[in-house]
Amino acid sequence: MSETETLRAWLLTDTPTSRRHARLSSFYKGWLALRSNTMAMFGLAILVLLGLTAVFAPFLAPHDAFAQDLGNRLQPLGSDGNFLGTDSLGRDILSRLIYGSRITLYIVLLVAMIAPIAGLLVGTIAGYVGGWVDLVLMRITDIFLAFPRLVLALAFVAALGAGIENAVLAISLTAWPPYARIARAETLTIRSSDYISAIRLQGAGPLRIITKHVWPLCISSLIVRVTLDMAGIILAAAGLGFLGLGAQPPSPEWGAMISEGRRFILDHWWVATVPGLAIFTVSLAFNLLGDGLRDVLDPKDGGTQ
Amino acid sequence: MALTEENREGRRRAPLAPWLKTTLMTVGSIAVTMLGLLFVTFVIGRVMPIDPVLAIVGERASQSTYQEVYEQLGLDKPLIVQFFYYLWDVIHGDFGMSLLNARPVSEDIARVFPATLELATLGVFAGIVLGVPLGVIAAVRRGSWIDQIARVVALVGYSMPIFWLGLMGLLVFYGILGWVGGPGRLDIFYVDIVPQRTGMILLDSALDGNWEVFRNAFSHIVLPASLLGYYSLAYISRMTRSFMLEQLSAEYITTARVKGMSERAVIWRHAFRNIRVQLITVIALSYANLLEGSVLTEIIFSWPGIGSYITTALLSADMNAVLGGTVVVGLIFILLNIFSDLLYKVFDPRSK
Repeated sequence: MSETETLRAWLLTDTPTSRRHARLSSFYKGWLALRSNTMAMFGLAILVLLGLTAVFAPFLAPHDAFAQDLGNRLQPLGSDGNFLGTDSLGRDILSRLIYGSRITLYIVLLVAMIAPIAGLLVGTIAGYVGGWVDLVLMRITDIFLAFPRLVLALAFVAALGAGIENAVLAISLTAWPPYARIARAETLTIRSSDYISAIRLQGAGPLRIITKHVWPLCISSLIVRVTLDMAGIILAAAGLGFLGLGAQPPSPEWGAMISEGRRFILDHWWVATVPGLAIFTVSLAFNLLGDGLRDVLDPKDGGTQ
Repeated sequence: MALTEENREGRRRAPLAPWLKTTLMTVGSIAVTMLGLLFVTFVIGRVMPIDPVLAIVGERASQSTYQEVYEQLGLDKPLIVQFFYYLWDVIHGDFGMSLLNARPVSEDIARVFPATLELATLGVFAGIVLGVPLGVIAAVRRGSWIDQIARVVALVGYSMPIFWLGLMGLLVFYGILGWVGGPGRLDIFYVDIVPQRTGMILLDSALDGNWEVFRNAFSHIVLPASLLGYYSLAYISRMTRSFMLEQLSAEYITTARVKGMSERAVIWRHAFRNIRVQLITVIALSYANLLEGSVLTEIIFSWPGIGSYITTALLSADMNAVLGGTVVVGLIFILLNIFSDLLYKVFDPRSK
């Protein structure tokens, strides 16, 4: 038996010998299930590509993304030296797209850090403590859910001032309530299970129970939700950028690039079209990956889809 | 034994009918949610980096004028008192004056709202008419090519930036093909021809019998409405499909088929009838989403609705208008949610 086959057998065993073994084994089985889903792997591939583009942007970009060249403005697709043409200030669109991937990734990562963690905290506390704490926290969640998302984000940006960090904050503030709902629902089912009572009898306090025994079980449904939400978050960020409330010029944010190209849409359509395709590709990738992850991690939902 | 226990229970409890209790609970939770909504907008208004006094009196006003307006606006009072002032005003439909045109914000909103309503209604209508049958067929013929198409349509709808799709629509159907009217609600020579009754031009011109204006208005609304319709179609067809799949796998469907009932009757008389209530909830939600989600669409198509009102106000730092618009949209959102909840309770006996 070769070494890889031994490893494979070790990972696929039905009788794990340690906690780490069991964890790695279930992770590997999930990966195998995900790998058989072509569309999900396609999405993952796009996202990996996006990550690489963002990391190696300075090496990949053929031109300076900010250098203006007014003699060379609004060049069409496929022109010499500017594969995707140039914008109204003569900046190379391809280079701006490549640098823009950094901004997209930055927004995605920040929101993915803030919103689910805030939701997880609120949801598990509400679900575990119960009583009036639950009532108050869930009311607050409902209030934020009642707000239409983009309008609330608009109002927050108005209060905080336009800019990319504030846009991230505004989107996070509108994105956390669904996570709180999910985490609470999970906590309620976990809380009444026997093993939690067993741990409590052993003398574990609420803090230990929540962080060590409730959170790990909420994670998988949160991951699915985060991935599926990412598409919406990218669209919201691009929308704010388009309205001039997100990333500020000359930043090559994709939504702002569309807004710039909008003025010349009838004569120079590519200036607005190309960044739109980029946004579409990335949010499609998140949707595909999210669908695949849901099938793997959350089979009870996946069955009806 | 059981009987005596019930009696004892009955004596201990206050004589409050269960339906009254649930009604009070519902009303209470609605009131709390609305209060919270107003509180959030109030806080946003207070932390905004715009001095409301300066915005009214201008930069060259004297210190005494400034002080006078400052007190007039109640800004010298504690925050909690200011909040109650705000609450009092909003309850009386007073959102303050717009700083841009010095008119009451509530009047402005009443003026722009019909445009949004017209657009969203037409959009959600298109979404229902196309989305529900598509979802049903996709569920019945699961895995077929039509199911795949429905899947792609929904996936693209979830992933496409609406403002970009709108721009592309304008480019192709207005710029290149010339099939539809451009941005705005009417061509310039048709503006203000028909008398305003509802504020919805399609309805007004139909009431007036002026079909030329109707045609022109239709050529302008068809593109943004189809755009919104596409997004609600994506959502409605997906939900319809998953509701239908759930019903079709139930045992009563098998029974109906075994009885020899025709497939059409099984699908429409049995399965579809059972998803109607869920479907209404989904439609109400997507309607609410269209009313608010049309912000970007309105900007692209220069549609003078509430979305572009809020955005324009925002860009010109007109705080009262922004907050007024936000509150109105939020209230509509809450009301539609409550409406769908109520429908659910009334029409679905299982939820009792």
